Amino acid sequence: MDFTFAPEHVALRRLVREFAENEVAPLAMEIDREGQVPFETLRKMAKIGLLGVCFPQEYGGMGAGETGYCILMEELGRVCTSTATNVGAHIGIGAMSIYLDGTEEQKQKFLTPLARGEKIAAFVLTEADAGSDAAAIRTRAVRDGNEWIINGTKTFNTNGSFADIVTVLAVTDPTLGVRGGITAFIVESDTPGFTVGTHENKMGIRGSSTAELIFEDMRVAHENVLGKVGEGFVSFMKTLDLGRLTLGAACLGGAEAALEASIHWAKTRKQFGLELAHKQSVQWMIANMATEVEALRSLVYRVAWMVDTGQPFTQLAAMCKMYGSEVASRAIDTTLQIHGGLGYSRDYPVERNFRDARISEIFEGTNEIQRIVIASNIFRQHGVRIRP
Amino acid sequence: MNFILSEEQQMFRAMFRDFSAKEVAPRAEEIDHEEKPPLEVLRKAANQGFLGATLPEDYFGAELDGVSYALLIETLAGDCMSTAVTLATHVSLVAMTILGHGTDAQKEQYLPLLASGEAIGAFALTEPDAGTDATALQTRATPSTGGGPEGEVVLNGVKTWVANGGIAGLFLVFAAAPGGITAFVVEKDTPGLTVGYREPTLGLRGVAINTLYLENCRVPAANRLGEEGEGWDIAQQALHRMGITLAAAGLGVAENAVDVAAQFASERVQFGVPIAQKQAIQDYLADGLIEVEALRYLVYHGAWLADQGNDLTFDAAVVKVFAARVARSVTNRMLQVMGGYGYMEDYPMARKYRDARALGIIGGPTELQQVIVARRIMAGRDVEITP
Repeated sequence: MDFTFAPEHVALRRLVREFAENEVAPLAMEIDREGQVPFETLRKMAKIGLLGVCFPQEYGGMGAGETGYCILMEELGRVCTSTATNVGAHIGIGAMSIYLDGTEEQKQKFLTPLARGEKIAAFVLTEADAGSDAAAIRTRAVRDGNEWIINGTKTFNTNGSFADIVTVLAVTDPTLGVRGGITAFIVESDTPGFTVGTHENKMGIRGSSTAELIFEDMRVAHENVLGKVGEGFVSFMKTLDLGRLTLGAACLGGAEAALEASIHWAKTRKQFGLELAHKQSVQWMIANMATEVEALRSLVYRVAWMVDTGQPFTQLAAMCKMYGSEVASRAIDTTLQIHGGLGYSRDYPVERNFRDARISEIFEGTNEIQRIVIASNIFRQHGVRIRP
Repeated sequence: MNFILSEEQQMFRAMFRDFSAKEVAPRAEEIDHEEKPPLEVLRKAANQGFLGATLPEDYFGAELDGVSYALLIETLAGDCMSTAVTLATHVSLVAMTILGHGTDAQKEQYLPLLASGEAIGAFALTEPDAGTDATALQTRATPSTGGGPEGEVVLNGVKTWVANGGIAGLFLVFAAAPGGITAFVVEKDTPGLTVGYREPTLGLRGVAINTLYLENCRVPAANRLGEEGEGWDIAQQALHRMGITLAAAGLGVAENAVDVAAQFASERVQFGVPIAQKQAIQDYLADGLIEVEALRYLVYHGAWLADQGNDLTFDAAVVKVFAARVARSVTNRMLQVMGGYGYMEDYPMARKYRDARALGIIGGPTELQQVIVARRIMAGRDVEITP
């Protein structure tokens, strides 16, 4: 066993932390208030290679692997969940889906500009009636010679309003269902028939954009089919597996920041003539939070190591997302309590973090879906097949 | 023991529900999103007598019993917690405190103003360095010397988190006088009183919570509420009453959240069935309602006790802690039932979740209430419990 980070990962963390503290943290409150995506920050990240952190250098990436990507998400999660969300949608699911299932030509053509950050990606799956039940999508793709004609409406698309390249899941054979009937496509957002619809007004992660996408007779070349025709659902689920791990890493960052803020305030705030640090209730809050943070850290980087060394990780990645989001929510809830009224005020970052943290229990597969994934894996090993 | 609401209480409840559905529910989203204090609702509520809900008829109050008042706050909070907390501050913290401790002259002067809504009441206790530890007050009340007329008191200090501060005509101000912490009734147009910064909050965005500056603010000695040095007890009694009232608000927001989420779960189809048929969702809803029902009788019991003239220290702490916990956990789970829609501000659950979180903090944080409960448990065991 060896729990130390490789020197290149230590160096990467130093780079990312400096960037996060100097470039991301100062804007966190403003982008939340204004509901603005931090495009300038994304451009700066692209410049130093961070938007392709995990992809091989031959595709314009940094080659830091899943571990490197987790480091990036953890450090962004510490300072700004909105920015982590933008980056996660771009790298973790948008570009990742092309990396995992794209042909060599597709990777050269689409992944490379994404990894370099010259273009931004989104992963387009959810529909109004297909949330947790992703197989219930109705967006339809019909073959027409060497093209596919796509029609449908997708909701809750992170980065969807400004992405240049999106991967879209559509039904290609309604008689076949998830095995054989659903196909993934790579679509450029300037394709005729691609329209951005309403933007969601969210409780948190307001510095990220969540929009509806409408496809009307949108023609996509057959060469833009991602993976094989009929295998899109499996392909998308595989991408989401990885996304869950890195969302767990972002939650780790959020929980760590909450812990640090709590410690700082407990050392500073005096009531009844003593710093809060001397109150046992507060001590226990801190002890519980610190324990959960350490457990989560071990889980996240263990799974990152499993991914980088080619081991199966689906069940553990679901645990990263589920446990990570719940640890982060609990940590920030405790932090708010320790800060009292100041925690409830929008003038301090605790309040924003409280709103932001809550989304992680919902998006990228609700925690209920994660529990189903975990339970179905466990029962499959025991010969029992369960349905959601 | 009798766990049935009286005919009168049931009639009141029906009336409150009518009022809330008609006047409060349609405005709730705007009150939150625009951060607008519910002045229009207060005007309508005044016509119904709600602004003097528990005041005697002699002062133009509605003379509601404690349980009926809890039903009022519960009902309003179900639709809009900002409205419920604004009204609760006015009635429980201010009007009832003047009723309990005022002289006949003070009661005659101020209570009809409060009952009619001509003046809204605000409660000014907290200071930057005196939050949970309210004994650390630095606002000073000094007898007037030199120049001023006899019998004036000069107030100096800064009060933060003054609920209803931005909309109030009357402020209940707590300050350290030579004889100890003392309460004063201060009218809004008193020179030296300035309403300042409005706190931007996670939830309760319709409650005007402001900073209050007192700079050589001269008030007649006749505006002192109770005796010099009695302010601490007066504030505690007010906060205990408010604890029960806030718990009623917690009950309202939690039970309404279950209702909203249940409706969503019955309509939302995933995996071919309404999600209400998924056991995990049933568990969320069932646990939510179980907690709501447990809270309900704790609230009504506390509200009934408030009418019995008992000391409420212990019971208010118990019900407030439990209400804060239930409101937080129920709205949290009901948000989860609604998935992505729960997180969107175009649906009411995100607002309920943000609002409910306040209950663990306002009116004294959970940790302080727990100290009070622990103190009661240790009473007579020769152990001193200090916060």
